Amino acid sequence: MPLAVTTGSTGTAGAAGATGTPRGPAAAAATATVGATATAGATGTAGMAGATETIAIEVQRYRPEEETAPSWQRYEVPLRRDWMVLDGLNYIKDSLDGTLSYRWACRMGVCGSCGMMVNGKPVLTCATYLSALAPGPVRVEPLRGFPVIRDLVVDVRDFLDKLKSVKPWILRSEDKPLADGEYLQTPAELAEYKPYSMCINCLLCYSACPIYALEDGFVGPAAIALAQRYNLDTRDEGAAERLDVLSQHEGIWACTFVGECSTVCPKGVDPAGAIQRYKVAATAEWWRSLLLPWGKASRSAATGDDRGRSPSRSAAAGKEQAEPRPAGDERSRGR
Amino acid sequence: MNPAYRPHHPKWHRERMPIFWWLGRISYTKFITRELTSLAVGYAALLLLVEIGALARGEAAHARFLRFLAAPPVVAFHLLVCAALVFHSVTWLNLAPKALVLRLGGRRLPDWAVVSAHYLAWLAASAVVVWFLRGGAA
Repeated sequence: MPLAVTTGSTGTAGAAGATGTPRGPAAAAATATVGATATAGATGTAGMAGATETIAIEVQRYRPEEETAPSWQRYEVPLRRDWMVLDGLNYIKDSLDGTLSYRWACRMGVCGSCGMMVNGKPVLTCATYLSALAPGPVRVEPLRGFPVIRDLVVDVRDFLDKLKSVKPWILRSEDKPLADGEYLQTPAELAEYKPYSMCINCLLCYSACPIYALEDGFVGPAAIALAQRYNLDTRDEGAAERLDVLSQHEGIWACTFVGECSTVCPKGVDPAGAIQRYKVAATAEWWRSLLLPWGKASRSAATGDDRGRSPSRSAAAGKEQAEPRPAGDERSRGR
Repeated sequence: MNPAYRPHHPKWHRERMPIFWWLGRISYTKFITRELTSLAVGYAALLLLVEIGALARGEAAHARFLRFLAAPPVVAFHLLVCAALVFHSVTWLNLAPKALVLRLGGRRLPDWAVVSAHYLAWLAASAVVVWFLRGGAA
Protein backbone atom coordinates (compact mmCIF):
# COMPACT_ATOMS: atom_id res chain seq x y z
CA MET A 1 0.00 0.00 0.00
CA PRO A 2 1.00 3.57 -0.49
CA LEU A 3 2.95 4.46 2.61
CA ALA A 4 4.79 7.71 2.25
CA VAL A 5 3.62 10.90 0.66
CA THR A 6 6.38 13.13 -0.60
CA THR A 7 4.58 16.42 -0.41
CA GLY A 8 5.52 19.94 -1.20
CA SER A 9 7.73 21.65 1.34
CA THR A 10 6.31 23.78 4.07
CA GLY A 11 7.06 27.25 5.40
CA THR A 12 8.50 30.11 3.42
CA ALA A 13 10.40 27.90 1.00
CA GLY A 14 7.17 26.07 0.23
CA ALA A 15 5.35 29.32 -0.44
CA ALA A 16 8.03 30.29 -2.92
CA GLY A 17 7.86 26.90 -4.56
CA ALA A 18 4.08 26.98 -4.75
CA THR A 19 4.27 29.64 -7.40
CA GLY A 20 5.68 27.01 -9.71
CA THR A 21 9.04 28.67 -10.18
CA PRO A 22 11.75 26.05 -10.66
CA ARG A 23 14.40 26.42 -8.02
CA GLY A 24 18.07 25.60 -8.07
CA PRO A 25 19.74 22.58 -6.46
CA ALA A 26 20.65 24.61 -3.38
CA ALA A 27 17.03 25.42 -2.57
CA ALA A 28 15.98 21.84 -3.26
CA ALA A 29 18.65 20.48 -0.95
CA ALA A 30 17.32 22.65 1.87
CA THR A 31 13.79 21.28 1.45
CA ALA A 32 14.65 17.70 0.57
CA THR A 33 12.25 15.26 2.23
CA VAL A 34 13.17 12.09 4.04
CA GLY A 35 12.07 9.90 1.14
CA ALA A 36 14.07 11.87 -1.37
CA THR A 37 17.35 11.83 0.50
CA ALA A 38 18.08 8.31 -0.72
CA THR A 39 18.76 9.62 -4.19
CA ALA A 40 19.93 13.09 -3.27
CA GLY A 41 23.55 11.95 -3.28
CA ALA A 42 23.32 10.31 -6.66
CA THR A 43 21.53 13.11 -8.42
CA GLY A 44 22.89 16.09 -6.55
CA THR A 45 26.54 15.62 -7.50
CA ALA A 46 26.04 15.00 -11.20
CA GLY A 47 23.27 17.50 -11.74
CA MET A 48 22.38 18.83 -15.14
CA ALA A 49 25.91 19.98 -15.90
CA GLY A 50 27.38 16.47 -15.94
CA ALA A 51 24.65 14.96 -18.09
CA THR A 52 25.19 14.94 -21.80
CA GLU A 53 21.68 13.79 -22.69
CA THR A 54 18.39 14.83 -21.18
CA ILE A 55 14.78 13.74 -21.49
CA ALA A 56 11.66 15.83 -20.94
CA ILE A 57 9.18 14.72 -18.29
CA GLU A 58 5.77 16.35 -18.50
CA VAL A 59 4.05 16.05 -15.17
CA GLN A 60 0.40 16.69 -14.52
CA ARG A 61 0.30 19.16 -11.66
CA TYR A 62 -2.72 19.86 -9.53
CA ARG A 63 -2.39 22.36 -6.71
CA PRO A 64 -5.89 22.72 -5.25
CA GLU A 65 -4.99 25.87 -3.30
CA GLU A 66 -4.16 27.78 -6.46
CA GLU A 67 -5.82 26.10 -9.45
CA THR A 68 -9.19 24.50 -10.13
CA ALA A 69 -8.03 22.08 -12.82
CA PRO A 70 -4.77 20.21 -13.42
CA SER A 71 -2.10 21.70 -15.62
CA TRP A 72 1.07 20.37 -17.22
CA GLN A 73 4.60 21.23 -16.23
CA ARG A 74 7.66 20.25 -18.21
CA TYR A 75 11.02 19.36 -16.70
CA GLU A 76 14.29 18.32 -18.32
CA VAL A 77 16.05 15.55 -16.43
CA PRO A 78 19.26 13.67 -17.23
CA LEU A 79 18.71 10.57 -19.33
CA ARG A 80 20.67 7.80 -17.64
CA ARG A 81 20.70 4.22 -18.80
CA ASP A 82 19.78 2.86 -15.36
CA TRP A 83 17.20 5.47 -14.36
CA MET A 84 13.57 4.67 -13.87
CA VAL A 85 10.76 7.19 -14.25
CA LEU A 86 10.72 7.41 -10.44
CA ASP A 87 14.40 8.42 -10.47
CA GLY A 88 13.44 11.19 -12.88
CA LEU A 89 10.70 12.37 -10.52
CA ASN A 90 13.09 12.23 -7.57
CA TYR A 91 15.55 14.31 -9.56
CA ILE A 92 12.85 16.89 -10.19
CA LYS A 93 11.93 16.90 -6.50
CA ASP A 94 15.55 17.18 -5.37
CA SER A 95 17.01 19.55 -7.90
CA LEU A 96 14.37 21.33 -9.94
CA ASP A 97 11.09 21.77 -8.11
CA GLY A 98 10.55 20.72 -4.53
CA THR A 99 6.81 21.36 -4.69
CA LEU A 100 6.09 18.25 -6.78
CA SER A 101 4.05 15.69 -4.81
CA TYR A 102 3.98 11.93 -5.44
CA ARG A 103 4.07 8.68 -3.52
CA TRP A 104 6.89 6.21 -3.39
CA ALA A 105 8.65 4.06 -0.85
CA CYS A 106 10.64 0.93 -1.73
CA ARG A 107 11.97 1.51 -5.28
CA MET A 108 11.90 -2.24 -5.87
CA GLY A 109 8.37 -3.10 -7.02
CA VAL A 110 7.17 -4.39 -3.67
CA CYS A 111 5.42 -1.56 -1.81
CA GLY A 112 2.97 -0.66 -4.58
CA SER A 113 3.12 3.08 -3.84
CA CYS A 114 4.53 4.54 -7.03
CA GLY A 115 1.86 3.50 -9.54
CA MET A 116 1.16 6.31 -12.04
CA MET A 117 0.00 6.74 -15.60
CA VAL A 118 3.10 6.99 -17.79
CA ASN A 119 2.33 7.87 -21.40
CA GLY A 120 -1.27 6.86 -20.73
CA LYS A 121 -0.51 3.43 -19.27
CA PRO A 122 -0.67 2.51 -15.59
CA VAL A 123 2.79 1.35 -14.48
CA LEU A 124 5.00 1.18 -11.42
CA THR A 125 7.33 4.13 -12.00
CA CYS A 126 10.10 2.31 -10.12
CA ALA A 127 10.01 -0.44 -12.75
CA THR A 128 9.78 1.63 -15.93
CA TYR A 129 13.04 2.69 -17.56
CA LEU A 130 13.28 6.28 -18.73
CA SER A 131 15.58 5.13 -21.52
CA ALA A 132 12.84 2.85 -22.85
CA LEU A 133 10.68 5.95 -23.32
CA ALA A 134 13.37 8.01 -25.07
CA PRO A 135 13.37 10.40 -26.84
CA GLY A 136 10.32 11.50 -24.86
CA PRO A 137 8.63 13.57 -23.69
CA VAL A 138 7.40 11.27 -20.94
CA ARG A 139 3.96 12.19 -19.71
CA VAL A 140 3.30 11.33 -16.08
CA GLU A 141 -0.25 11.55 -14.67
CA PRO A 142 -1.90 10.33 -11.49
CA LEU A 143 -3.61 6.92 -11.60
CA ARG A 144 -6.85 7.16 -13.54
CA GLY A 145 -10.16 6.42 -11.88
CA PHE A 146 -9.24 7.91 -8.51
CA PRO A 147 -9.80 11.44 -7.21
CA VAL A 148 -6.58 13.46 -7.29
CA ILE A 149 -5.56 15.04 -3.99
CA ARG A 150 -2.50 16.83 -5.29
CA ASP A 151 -0.19 16.46 -8.30
CA LEU A 152 0.36 12.70 -8.63
CA VAL A 153 -1.20 11.71 -5.30
CA VAL A 154 -4.62 10.04 -5.50
CA ASP A 155 -7.15 9.16 -2.83
CA VAL A 156 -7.42 5.37 -2.42
CA ARG A 157 -9.97 5.26 0.40
CA ASP A 158 -12.65 3.84 -1.90
CA PHE A 159 -10.43 0.87 -2.68
CA LEU A 160 -9.59 0.31 0.99
CA ASP A 161 -13.28 0.28 1.93
CA LYS A 162 -14.09 -2.18 -0.84
CA LEU A 163 -11.15 -4.38 0.05
CA LYS A 164 -12.38 -4.56 3.63
CA SER A 165 -15.89 -5.45 2.47
CA VAL A 166 -14.68 -8.77 0.96
CA LYS A 167 -12.98 -9.77 4.25
CA PRO A 168 -9.54 -10.59 2.88
CA TRP A 169 -8.39 -12.62 5.84
CA ILE A 170 -8.80 -16.21 6.99
CA LEU A 171 -12.30 -16.73 8.36
CA ARG A 172 -12.99 -19.78 10.48
CA SER A 173 -16.08 -20.78 12.38
CA GLU A 174 -13.86 -22.21 15.08
CA ASP A 175 -10.13 -21.82 15.61
CA LYS A 176 -8.45 -25.03 16.54
CA PRO A 177 -6.46 -24.97 19.78
CA LEU A 178 -2.77 -24.15 19.52
CA ALA A 179 -1.95 -27.55 20.97
CA ASP A 180 -3.37 -29.19 17.85
CA GLY A 181 -0.59 -27.69 15.79
CA GLU A 182 -0.60 -25.74 12.57
CA TYR A 183 -3.01 -26.00 9.66
CA LEU A 184 -1.21 -28.16 7.16
CA GLN A 185 -1.37 -27.54 3.45
CA THR A 186 0.01 -29.50 0.52
CA PRO A 187 2.13 -27.75 -2.13
CA ALA A 188 -0.75 -28.25 -4.58
CA GLU A 189 -3.16 -26.50 -2.20
CA LEU A 190 -0.71 -23.64 -1.78
CA ALA A 191 -0.23 -23.32 -5.55
CA GLU A 192 -3.99 -22.91 -5.91
CA TYR A 193 -4.11 -19.47 -4.27
CA LYS A 194 -0.48 -18.35 -4.31
CA PRO A 195 -0.66 -16.31 -7.55
CA TYR A 196 -3.50 -14.22 -6.08
CA SER A 197 -1.54 -13.66 -2.88
CA MET A 198 1.17 -11.83 -4.81
CA CYS A 199 -0.98 -8.69 -5.04
CA ILE A 200 0.78 -5.58 -3.70
CA ASN A 201 -2.31 -3.32 -3.84
CA CYS A 202 -0.61 -0.97 -6.30
CA LEU A 203 -4.00 -0.25 -7.95
CA LEU A 204 -2.68 -0.42 -11.50
CA CYS A 205 -5.52 -2.86 -12.24
CA TYR A 206 -8.12 -0.36 -11.01
CA SER A 207 -6.58 2.29 -13.20
CA ALA A 208 -6.66 0.01 -16.24
CA CYS A 209 -10.28 -0.97 -15.62
CA PRO A 210 -12.79 1.21 -17.50
CA ILE A 211 -15.63 -0.32 -15.49
CA TYR A 212 -14.15 0.92 -12.22
CA ALA A 213 -13.90 4.42 -13.69
CA LEU A 214 -17.47 4.30 -15.01
CA GLU A 215 -19.28 2.49 -12.17
CA ASP A 216 -18.84 3.87 -8.70
CA GLY A 217 -19.94 0.74 -6.90
CA PHE A 218 -17.76 -1.84 -8.66
CA VAL A 219 -15.69 -3.73 -6.09
CA GLY A 220 -12.85 -3.93 -8.59
CA PRO A 221 -10.16 -6.36 -9.74
CA ALA A 222 -7.68 -6.50 -6.85
CA ALA A 223 -10.32 -6.79 -4.11
CA ILE A 224 -12.05 -9.67 -5.93
CA ALA A 225 -8.73 -11.39 -6.64
CA LEU A 226 -7.85 -11.11 -2.95
CA ALA A 227 -11.25 -12.49 -1.99
CA GLN A 228 -10.49 -15.46 -4.24
CA ARG A 229 -7.07 -15.77 -2.64
CA TYR A 230 -8.83 -16.56 0.67
CA ASN A 231 -11.70 -18.52 -0.89
CA LEU A 232 -9.18 -20.90 -2.45
CA ASP A 233 -7.18 -21.26 0.76
CA THR A 234 -7.92 -24.62 2.40
CA ARG A 235 -7.62 -23.05 5.87
CA ASP A 236 -10.43 -20.61 5.13
CA GLU A 237 -14.14 -21.18 5.70
CA GLY A 238 -15.51 -17.78 4.70
CA ALA A 239 -16.37 -18.39 1.05
CA ALA A 240 -20.12 -18.32 1.66
CA GLU A 241 -19.79 -15.06 3.60
CA ARG A 242 -17.82 -13.40 0.79
CA LEU A 243 -20.33 -14.65 -1.77
CA ASP A 244 -22.84 -12.16 -0.33
CA VAL A 245 -20.70 -9.23 -1.46
CA LEU A 246 -19.16 -10.74 -4.56
CA SER A 247 -22.25 -12.23 -6.18
CA GLN A 248 -24.01 -8.85 -6.31
CA HIS A 249 -24.12 -6.83 -9.50
CA GLU A 250 -21.42 -4.54 -8.15
CA GLY A 251 -19.25 -7.54 -7.36
CA ILE A 252 -18.29 -9.89 -10.12
CA TRP A 253 -21.19 -9.16 -12.47
CA ALA A 254 -20.21 -5.57 -13.19
CA CYS A 255 -17.03 -6.95 -14.76
CA THR A 256 -17.35 -7.19 -18.53
CA PHE A 257 -13.99 -8.92 -18.94
CA VAL A 258 -11.96 -6.20 -20.60
CA GLY A 259 -8.95 -8.13 -19.30
CA GLU A 260 -6.65 -5.11 -18.99
CA CYS A 261 -6.32 -5.58 -15.21
CA SER A 262 -4.35 -8.77 -15.80
CA THR A 263 -2.29 -7.19 -18.57
CA VAL A 264 -1.03 -4.31 -16.43
CA CYS A 265 -0.50 -6.30 -13.22
CA PRO A 266 3.22 -6.10 -12.32
CA LYS A 267 2.94 -9.24 -10.20
CA GLY A 268 1.12 -11.58 -12.59
CA VAL A 269 -1.90 -11.88 -10.31
CA ASP A 270 -4.51 -12.23 -13.11
CA PRO A 271 -7.54 -10.60 -11.44
CA ALA A 272 -9.56 -11.02 -14.66
CA GLY A 273 -9.09 -14.78 -14.43
CA ALA A 274 -10.11 -14.75 -10.76
CA ILE A 275 -13.32 -12.86 -11.56
CA GLN A 276 -14.32 -15.08 -14.49
CA ARG A 277 -13.63 -18.19 -12.43
CA TYR A 278 -15.80 -16.79 -9.69
CA LYS A 279 -18.60 -16.05 -12.18
CA VAL A 280 -18.68 -19.70 -13.18
CA ALA A 281 -18.72 -20.77 -9.53
CA ALA A 282 -21.46 -18.27 -8.59
CA THR A 283 -23.60 -19.41 -11.52
CA ALA A 284 -23.18 -23.01 -10.43
CA GLU A 285 -24.16 -21.99 -6.89
CA TRP A 286 -27.25 -20.18 -8.22
CA TRP A 287 -28.37 -23.27 -10.14
CA ARG A 288 -27.67 -25.44 -7.10
CA SER A 289 -29.82 -23.23 -4.87
CA LEU A 290 -32.56 -23.26 -7.52
CA LEU A 291 -32.60 -27.01 -8.04
CA LEU A 292 -31.72 -28.06 -4.48
CA PRO A 293 -33.19 -25.28 -2.32
CA TRP A 294 -33.04 -27.43 0.80
CA GLY A 295 -29.25 -27.85 0.56
CA LYS A 296 -26.63 -25.60 2.08
CA ALA A 297 -24.10 -23.61 0.12
CA SER A 298 -21.00 -25.67 -0.19
CA ARG A 299 -17.46 -24.45 -0.18
CA SER A 300 -16.85 -25.95 -3.58
CA ALA A 301 -19.82 -24.17 -5.09
CA ALA A 302 -18.77 -20.83 -3.68
CA THR A 303 -15.20 -21.07 -4.86
CA GLY A 304 -15.20 -23.30 -7.89
CA ASP A 305 -13.01 -25.61 -5.91
CA ASP A 306 -13.52 -29.22 -6.91
CA ARG A 307 -11.04 -30.84 -4.56
CA GLY A 308 -11.94 -33.12 -1.69
CA ARG A 309 -12.99 -31.62 1.63
CA SER A 310 -14.34 -32.78 4.92
CA PRO A 311 -18.11 -32.75 5.44
CA SER A 312 -17.75 -30.72 8.64
CA ARG A 313 -16.18 -27.86 6.69
CA SER A 314 -19.08 -27.66 4.25
CA ALA A 315 -21.54 -27.63 7.14
CA ALA A 316 -19.63 -24.82 8.80
CA ALA A 317 -19.69 -22.75 5.62
CA GLY A 318 -23.44 -23.23 5.41
CA LYS A 319 -23.89 -22.10 8.98
CA GLU A 320 -21.99 -18.91 8.27
CA GLN A 321 -24.19 -18.08 5.34
CA ALA A 322 -27.32 -18.40 7.47
CA GLU A 323 -26.07 -15.75 9.87
CA PRO A 324 -26.94 -12.12 9.17
CA ARG A 325 -24.13 -9.95 7.91
CA PRO A 326 -22.40 -7.79 10.50
CA ALA A 327 -23.51 -4.16 10.65
CA GLY A 328 -20.05 -2.86 9.88
CA ASP A 329 -20.13 -4.55 6.50
CA GLU A 330 -21.75 -1.71 4.60
CA ARG A 331 -19.70 -0.66 1.64
CA SER A 332 -18.75 2.95 1.36
CA ARG A 333 -19.88 4.73 -1.75
CA GLY A 334 -18.19 7.96 -0.87
CA ARG A 335 -16.30 8.43 -4.10
CA MET B 1 -16.08 11.29 17.39
CA ASN B 2 -15.86 14.70 19.02
CA PRO B 3 -18.79 16.75 17.61
CA ALA B 4 -16.50 19.78 17.30
CA TYR B 5 -14.43 17.91 14.74
CA ARG B 6 -15.39 18.28 11.13
CA PRO B 7 -14.23 15.85 8.47
CA HIS B 8 -11.55 17.14 6.15
CA HIS B 9 -12.79 17.80 2.63
CA PRO B 10 -9.89 18.16 0.27
CA LYS B 11 -10.53 19.82 -3.06
CA TRP B 12 -10.23 16.67 -5.09
CA HIS B 13 -9.94 16.72 -8.81
CA ARG B 14 -12.03 14.04 -10.54
CA GLU B 15 -11.29 13.28 -14.16
CA ARG B 16 -14.41 12.52 -16.18
CA MET B 17 -14.28 9.42 -18.32
CA PRO B 18 -14.49 10.57 -21.95
CA ILE B 19 -17.25 9.02 -24.08
CA PHE B 20 -14.69 7.70 -26.54
CA TRP B 21 -12.48 6.14 -23.87
CA TRP B 22 -12.58 2.86 -25.81
CA LEU B 23 -10.65 4.43 -28.70
CA GLY B 24 -7.73 5.27 -26.42
CA ARG B 25 -6.11 1.83 -26.38
CA ILE B 26 -6.12 -1.06 -28.89
CA SER B 27 -7.15 -3.52 -26.18
CA TYR B 28 -10.15 -1.35 -25.24
CA THR B 29 -11.23 -1.09 -28.88
CA LYS B 30 -10.88 -4.85 -29.27
CA PHE B 31 -12.99 -5.35 -26.15
CA ILE B 32 -15.76 -3.04 -27.39
CA THR B 33 -15.69 -4.76 -30.79
CA ARG B 34 -16.02 -8.12 -29.07
CA GLU B 35 -19.00 -6.86 -27.08
CA LEU B 36 -20.65 -5.18 -30.09
CA THR B 37 -20.26 -8.25 -32.30
CA SER B 38 -22.53 -10.07 -29.86
CA LEU B 39 -25.30 -8.17 -31.69
CA ALA B 40 -24.36 -10.18 -34.79
CA VAL B 41 -24.76 -13.37 -32.74
CA GLY B 42 -28.24 -12.24 -31.73
CA TYR B 43 -29.05 -11.32 -35.33
CA ALA B 44 -27.95 -14.74 -36.61
CA ALA B 45 -30.16 -16.46 -34.04
CA LEU B 46 -33.09 -14.24 -35.01
CA LEU B 47 -32.54 -14.98 -38.71
CA LEU B 48 -32.74 -18.70 -37.99
CA LEU B 49 -36.01 -18.21 -36.11
CA VAL B 50 -37.45 -16.19 -39.01
CA GLU B 51 -36.45 -18.95 -41.43
CA ILE B 52 -38.16 -21.56 -39.25
CA GLY B 53 -41.25 -19.31 -39.19
CA ALA B 54 -41.17 -19.07 -43.01
CA LEU B 55 -40.89 -22.85 -43.24
CA ALA B 56 -43.89 -23.23 -40.97
CA ARG B 57 -45.92 -20.97 -43.25
CA GLY B 58 -45.35 -23.27 -46.21
CA GLU B 59 -43.14 -23.79 -49.22
CA ALA B 60 -43.99 -20.52 -50.97
CA ALA B 61 -43.13 -18.44 -47.92
CA HIS B 62 -39.84 -20.26 -47.52
CA ALA B 63 -38.97 -19.77 -51.21
CA ARG B 64 -39.68 -16.06 -50.75
CA PHE B 65 -37.35 -15.99 -47.74
CA LEU B 66 -34.61 -17.74 -49.75
CA ARG B 67 -35.01 -15.20 -52.58
CA PHE B 68 -34.59 -12.46 -49.97
CA LEU B 69 -31.39 -14.10 -48.72
CA ALA B 70 -29.99 -14.31 -52.27
CA ALA B 71 -30.36 -10.58 -52.96
CA PRO B 72 -26.83 -9.06 -53.38
CA PRO B 73 -27.16 -6.36 -50.65
CA VAL B 74 -28.39 -9.00 -48.20
CA VAL B 75 -25.50 -11.31 -49.15
CA ALA B 76 -23.02 -8.45 -48.63
CA PHE B 77 -24.56 -7.64 -45.25
CA HIS B 78 -24.46 -11.27 -44.21
CA LEU B 79 -20.79 -11.52 -45.15
CA LEU B 80 -20.18 -8.68 -42.68
CA VAL B 81 -22.28 -10.48 -40.09
CA CYS B 82 -20.29 -13.64 -40.71
CA ALA B 83 -17.00 -11.78 -40.16
CA ALA B 84 -18.38 -10.34 -36.91
CA LEU B 85 -19.50 -13.81 -35.83
CA VAL B 86 -16.06 -15.29 -36.47
CA PHE B 87 -14.38 -12.42 -34.56
CA HIS B 88 -16.76 -12.89 -31.64
CA SER B 89 -16.35 -16.66 -31.56
CA VAL B 90 -12.56 -16.61 -31.78
CA THR B 91 -12.10 -13.92 -29.10
CA TRP B 92 -14.66 -15.64 -26.89
CA LEU B 93 -13.13 -19.10 -27.23
CA ASN B 94 -9.65 -17.72 -26.57
CA LEU B 95 -10.87 -16.32 -23.24
CA ALA B 96 -12.41 -19.62 -22.13
CA PRO B 97 -9.40 -20.90 -20.13
CA LYS B 98 -9.61 -17.83 -17.87
CA ALA B 99 -13.01 -18.91 -16.63
CA LEU B 100 -12.63 -22.64 -16.87
CA VAL B 101 -10.30 -24.40 -14.48
CA LEU B 102 -10.40 -28.12 -15.24
CA ARG B 103 -8.51 -30.83 -13.46
CA LEU B 104 -7.50 -34.21 -14.73
CA GLY B 105 -5.96 -36.65 -12.27
CA GLY B 106 -5.29 -33.91 -9.72
CA ARG B 107 -3.47 -31.71 -12.25
CA ARG B 108 -4.81 -28.53 -13.76
CA LEU B 109 -5.29 -28.73 -17.51
CA PRO B 110 -3.10 -26.22 -19.34
CA ASP B 111 -4.77 -23.28 -21.10
CA TRP B 112 -3.98 -24.59 -24.59
CA ALA B 113 -5.84 -27.82 -23.83
CA VAL B 114 -8.99 -25.92 -22.80
CA VAL B 115 -8.79 -23.69 -25.89
CA SER B 116 -8.17 -26.67 -28.21
CA ALA B 117 -11.11 -28.55 -26.73
CA HIS B 118 -13.34 -25.55 -27.48
CA TYR B 119 -12.13 -25.26 -31.08
CA LEU B 120 -12.58 -29.02 -31.57
CA ALA B 121 -16.13 -28.76 -30.25
CA TRP B 122 -16.75 -25.85 -32.65
CA LEU B 123 -15.38 -27.88 -35.55
CA ALA B 124 -17.50 -30.91 -34.61
CA ALA B 125 -20.67 -28.79 -34.34
CA SER B 126 -19.91 -27.19 -37.73
CA ALA B 127 -19.31 -30.62 -39.26
CA VAL B 128 -22.70 -31.82 -38.01
CA VAL B 129 -24.39 -28.74 -39.52
CA VAL B 130 -22.61 -29.27 -42.87
CA TRP B 131 -23.52 -32.96 -42.86
CA PHE B 132 -27.14 -32.03 -42.17
CA LEU B 133 -27.19 -29.38 -44.94
CA ARG B 134 -25.79 -31.88 -47.43
CA GLY B 135 -28.77 -34.15 -46.89
CA GLY B 136 -27.90 -35.94 -43.68
CA ALA B 137 -28.49 -39.69 -43.51
CA ALA B 138 -31.09 -39.59 -46.29
